[in-house]
Amino acid sequence: MSDTHSGHESSGHQSSTALSPLADPGLPPHVYRRADTEPRAAKKAERQVAILFALSAVSTVAFVASFVGIEKDAFIFIPLFGSTQAQQLALGMTLALSLFLIGAGAVHWAKTLMPDHEVIQDRHELRSSDEDRQGVIEVFREGAEAAGLGRRSLIKRTLLGSMGLVTLTPILLLRDLGPLPGKQLETTNWEAGRRLVTDPDGKPLKASDIQVGAVAHILPEMPEGSELTLNDMVKDPVILVRLRPEDFNLPADRKDWVHEGIIAFSKICSHMGCAVGLYEQQTHHLLCPCHQSTFDVETGAQVIFGPAARPLPQLAITVDSEGYLIAKQGFTEPVGPSFWERSS
Amino acid sequence: MKKILRHRRHPIAHFLVLGIALLAIGFGYTLLSPSNAAVATNARSQVVEEGRQIFLKGCSSCHGINAEGASDAPTLLGVGAASVDFQVGTGRMPLANTGVQAMRKKPVYNAEETAALAAYVASLSTGPAIPNAAQLNYERDGNIAEGGELFRTNCAMCHNYAGQGGALTQGKYAPSLMGVEVKTMYEAMLTGPQSMPVFGDRAITPQQKLSMIKFLKGIEAEKGQGGFSLGKVGPVTEGLVAWVLGLGLLIGVSVWLGAKSK
Repeated sequence: MSDTHSGHESSGHQSSTALSPLADPGLPPHVYRRADTEPRAAKKAERQVAILFALSAVSTVAFVASFVGIEKDAFIFIPLFGSTQAQQLALGMTLALSLFLIGAGAVHWAKTLMPDHEVIQDRHELRSSDEDRQGVIEVFREGAEAAGLGRRSLIKRTLLGSMGLVTLTPILLLRDLGPLPGKQLETTNWEAGRRLVTDPDGKPLKASDIQVGAVAHILPEMPEGSELTLNDMVKDPVILVRLRPEDFNLPADRKDWVHEGIIAFSKICSHMGCAVGLYEQQTHHLLCPCHQSTFDVETGAQVIFGPAARPLPQLAITVDSEGYLIAKQGFTEPVGPSFWERSS
Repeated sequence: MKKILRHRRHPIAHFLVLGIALLAIGFGYTLLSPSNAAVATNARSQVVEEGRQIFLKGCSSCHGINAEGASDAPTLLGVGAASVDFQVGTGRMPLANTGVQAMRKKPVYNAEETAALAAYVASLSTGPAIPNAAQLNYERDGNIAEGGELFRTNCAMCHNYAGQGGALTQGKYAPSLMGVEVKTMYEAMLTGPQSMPVFGDRAITPQQKLSMIKFLKGIEAEKGQGGFSLGKVGPVTEGLVAWVLGLGLLIGVSVWLGAKSK
C-alpha cells in the first residue's frame, strides 16, 4: 500500500516539473486620470480643493461668530430633537464642518492631483553590516572602561543593590489594593429585630401602611450613631411587596417568613447585582432592568425568565411590639451575584 | 293695629320685637333646612344613578352588572373614585381592544359623565377619592430635591430617570410622564393602575407625592443644554445613532478614500 503511495507521489513530482510555472503577470498598465492628461481637468480639481479649504475657513469664522454672537440662553426648536441651546449646537456643527472640510480637501487633492504612479520599493536586509555591529560593541567597551566599572567596585555594588531594592516598591503599592474583602460579601446589616425603614426618608412602616398591590423600597434601620456606608447600600436594599395572602405559593418552610401578605426580597439581582426594582402589580413579577431577569413573587422570587441563576434571597419579616415591620432574622444566604468564594 | 302702635315706645317693646324676630328666623330655618338637605342628597343620588346608567351601558359587559368583576376584568369594588377618574378621564377605559395594556387615548366620556361614573363606583365601596385642586398645589407643597430623590428610588426603574417612560415585559410599558396632568399622576400613585404598584398615602405621603410631581414638572420645563438629547432614554438611542449614523459615515468615508479617482 505504502509502496504504491510513494510511487504515486514521485510520479506526481515528475508531472509537475513538466508543467511550466505561471509567468509573473507584472503590474497592470497605469490608468491616467483626467487631471493627468487634461490641463482643464487639473485646473478644475485644483479649484475644487481650494473651495473645500475655503469653506472650512468660512466654517471656522462661523464658529467664532457663533461664540461671540449667539446668546447663551437662546434656544431653538428642531423637529424630532426638541428644544436645544442654539450656541452649543452652532459651535458643534461649525467646528465639525471646518475640521471635516480640511480633511475632505486634503483627500480630494491627493486623489486627483498628487502623483499616483505605483512605485516598487524593495525591503532592505534586516541584519546590520559586520562593521556596524563591531563598532557598537567597541563603543560599549570603551564607555565601560572610561567609567571605570571594572575598577570602582564600590559604585558597581551600591548601584546593583539600590536597583535591586527599588524593585520591591511595587509590592507595597499592590498591597494597598487590599485588604481582601473577607466575609463582607456574605453579610448584610440585616439581623433579627432590625426595623424596615423606607429609602430614602428612613420612615419605619407598619403592616397597615402597605396596601395590597403596593411596593416599598427598604433599607435597614441603623442603630444610633452608625450610618449605612456605600458598601452597605449595594447589599442591604430590600423590596417589600404586598399580595393577598391566598396569592402565595411558597415552600412550606417559608410560609411564616411572610407577614399578612407582605413579603420582602433582596433588591440586588442574583445575576449581576443591579437593583431589581420593576414590579408588575398584575402579574406579580419582579423584573431586573439590566438583563430582564424576571422573578415570580408568588413562588418566592423563583426565576421565570432571564439569565439569573438563583431566586432573590428572601428576608423573613414579622412585626415588633409596636406593630412596626422588623426582620425576623438576617438573610440566610449571601445576597447579590455569584462570587468566587461564595459558600452556597 | 293702632292699639299696638300706641305702645311702640314702651320699654319692653324693643325686646318683644327682637324676640318675635328671632323666633321667626328659628322657625323659618327649621322649616327650610331639611328640605335643602333633601335636595342635595337627591342631587347626589341623581348623579350616582346617572353614573349607574352609564356603567350599565358602557362598563358592565366586562366588569359585571354590580361591578363585581369577571374573568377578563377586575372588580371595581374598593377602587375608589380616583381610579375611575384616572382610567376613564385619560381614555384608558373603556378599552378599545384587549391588548396587554390599556393605552391613553381620547376620552370616550366627557368630564360630567366621568364624574358620574366615579360617583357611582365610589358609592359601591370605599376607596381613594379624587384629589381636589387644593391637594394638588405642588408649587406650594412640593420640594423638588426631595422629589428627585424619591423619584429615583421609587419610580425611575420603570419610568426612566428623566420620566421618559420605559419597557416592561411582554409589550407592556411604563408611559412617559412628560406632559401628564398633575391630577393624573397623583391618581396613578394613589391607585396603582394596571402594572403599576400602589404608592399609598402612608408609605409615600401626599406631600412627598407632590414633591415628585414638582420634580417631574421641573424636568419637563428644562431645556436641552446643548446637543441632542436623543429622547433622553439613555444608551439605546445613543447606540442606535452611533452604530447606524456614525459607523455609516465612517464606512462612506473609507469607501471614498479607497476609490480611485477618474
